[in-house]
Amino acid sequence: MKAMVYRGPYKLRVEEKDRPRIEHPQDAVVRVTLATICGSDLHLYHGMMPDTRIGHTFGHEFVGVVDEVGSAVENLKVGDRVMVPFNVYCGTCFFCARGLYSNCHNVNPNATAVGGIYGYSHTTGGYDGGQAQYVRVPFADVGPSVIPDWLSDADAVPLTDAVSTGYFGAQLADVVEGDVVVVLGAGPVGLTAARSAWFMGAGRVIVVDHLDFRLEKARTWAYAETVNFSQVDDVVLHLKRMTGGLGADAVIDCVGAEADGNLLQHVTSAKLKLQGGSPIALNWAIDAVRKGGTVSVMGAYGPMFSAVKFGDAMNKGLTLRMNQTPVKRQWPRLLEHVRAGLLTPSDLLTHTFPLDDIAEAYHVFSSKLDGCIKAAVVPGQD
Amino acid sequence: MPYTARKPPLPETTEQLRARIPGWGVDLDPRDRPAFPREVPDEAVIAAEPLPEQQPELRPRERSVEHLRLTPVFGTAQPLHGLSGAVKRLAYARYSEARAAHWLLLLAGDRIESAGAHLRSLATAHPDDPVTESGVLGERGAHPVRSRLGEHRADLSHTPLDPVVVGGPWVLAVGAAVLGVRAVVRRTRR
Repeated sequence: MKAMVYRGPYKLRVEEKDRPRIEHPQDAVVRVTLATICGSDLHLYHGMMPDTRIGHTFGHEFVGVVDEVGSAVENLKVGDRVMVPFNVYCGTCFFCARGLYSNCHNVNPNATAVGGIYGYSHTTGGYDGGQAQYVRVPFADVGPSVIPDWLSDADAVPLTDAVSTGYFGAQLADVVEGDVVVVLGAGPVGLTAARSAWFMGAGRVIVVDHLDFRLEKARTWAYAETVNFSQVDDVVLHLKRMTGGLGADAVIDCVGAEADGNLLQHVTSAKLKLQGGSPIALNWAIDAVRKGGTVSVMGAYGPMFSAVKFGDAMNKGLTLRMNQTPVKRQWPRLLEHVRAGLLTPSDLLTHTFPLDDIAEAYHVFSSKLDGCIKAAVVPGQD
Repeated sequence: MPYTARKPPLPETTEQLRARIPGWGVDLDPRDRPAFPREVPDEAVIAAEPLPEQQPELRPRERSVEHLRLTPVFGTAQPLHGLSGAVKRLAYARYSEARAAHWLLLLAGDRIESAGAHLRSLATAHPDDPVTESGVLGERGAHPVRSRLGEHRADLSHTPLDPVVVGGPWVLAVGAAVLGVRAVVRRTRR
C-alpha cells in the first residue's frame, strides 16, 4: 500500500509499505478514504516530538471503510464506513473506565504521561497513522463509530480531532453566560472553540492570530472579534484594554508548541528544540485572563519543559484546565449540532491533495500558503 | 473606567447575540455538557475488572521504566535498530519520563537515525531528495509571494531558518566529507 513516511525534520515522502495486519483479536484494518493534516502533525514534521522514527506514517484524523476485523470484534463488520477518534484506547483501564479515554494506560508502552495516538511518534505508542491507504485500528469496538448516512466523509473527518478538540476546549474554559472568552489561534481548533464558546453562552469572543486570512474566517465563520497580534505593540495589554482592564474570564490556547510572537521563544523551541514547546501563547493566556479566571489549553506541547510563567498563574488564582480530547465523549452532542445545521465541519477544509502530493501538502499547510486553514489528503486506491 | 464590583458592560445583549449567532446558548447549562463531570465512573466496568488479551510480543518491545508491564496492546511500527536504537533503549530503560535525560536521549536518537537513514538512502535507487521531500515544489500555484508579503505575518522573521534546518545537516555532512577526504589525501602524499 502507499503511505506517507517521515524522512527526518521537514522531509517526508510516499513509499510502498506492507498493508497493516490484525495483530490482536480486537484489531480492525481500515481502508482510509479521507485523512487530514492536523496542526499538531507539524510538530512531528518539524522534528520536535521525541522518538519520531524514520519511516513513521503520520495521521490521526481519518475516516474510512472497515477492511478486516479481528476475531473478537463484535460491533463492526467489513464494509462499515467509520470515523476513528485520534485516541487509541482500551475502554477498560482505570482511566478509560472513568471517561478519560485520551489517558488510556493500556495502549502506550513508551510513556505513561500520554495515552495512545495514531501516527504521532513512538512517544504516543508507535502506531502508524492514517495518511496511508490502510491503517491498523486497535480496540475496534471501542473507539470507531459507524458514520451516519446523512454525514459526509468531509464533515466526519474534522470530528475525529480538530472540531471535537475545539468544542472540548470551550468546555474546559468553564464558559458561563456572559463570559468574555479569548481564543488564541485561528486554526481549525481555535475557530471551533470560538464557535463553541457561543454555544455555551459567551457574551463576547475575541480571536487572536497573526494570519489575516484566518482572522477573516474567525469573523465570518466564528462570529468573533479579532486581534492581529503582529499589529499591536503588546497583545496582552491590548486585550486588557478591550476587557475593561480586568482581562478575559477565560482564555483558550489553541496554538501550542510552535507559537509565534516572540522570536527567542520560538527559535529555542521550534528550531533548536531546547524547550518542549514555545510557551508564548500559554504565557499570553496566563497574563490576559482575569484574576480567578480559567485558562484552557488545547495546544499540543512536547514532553520537555517549557518556560511557562507559572508565578503569574499562581498569584492570579487561575484555574488551568487541559487534556488531550477524549473524542468520543464529544460526538453525540456534536453530531446533534451538525445535524441541526449549527456547525459544518467541512467548512474548515480549504485544500485537498492526493496522497502522492503529501510533501507539498505539508509544506503549503506548514508555511500557511494560499489561505490554507486545513488540508485534506485523499489516499485513493491502486 | 473605575474598578468597581460590576462586570464591565458587554457590547451586545443576550437577545442580540441569540439573533446574530447560530446556536448561541444551545449548551448553556455547564452541567449538561459532554465533558462534565470530568470523570464519569463506569461502575460496571470497574466492578468487572476486565483485562484485554495480551498482544504477542514477537520481538523485544521497549517500554517506559514507569510502566509495570508491557501494555496489552502496542504499536509495532518501526522497531528500534542500530545505534539510534541503542540510545533509545537506554533512555527507556534507565530514565523515567520525569528526567530530561530521557527525552534528550530520545531526541539524540532521532537525529542519529535520520542521519543514518539519509546516508543509507544514498546507496539505494531512491535516495533522499531534499527538494521533493521538503515539499517546496508546493510553492508552485500556492501564491508564495502574495501569501507572504503585504500580510502581517509574525513567522516571516524566522522563516529563513527553515532551509538552514533542512539543508544545514547536508551542508555539514558534505563539509565534513570534504575535510576528511582532504586530510586523507594530504596524509597519503606525505
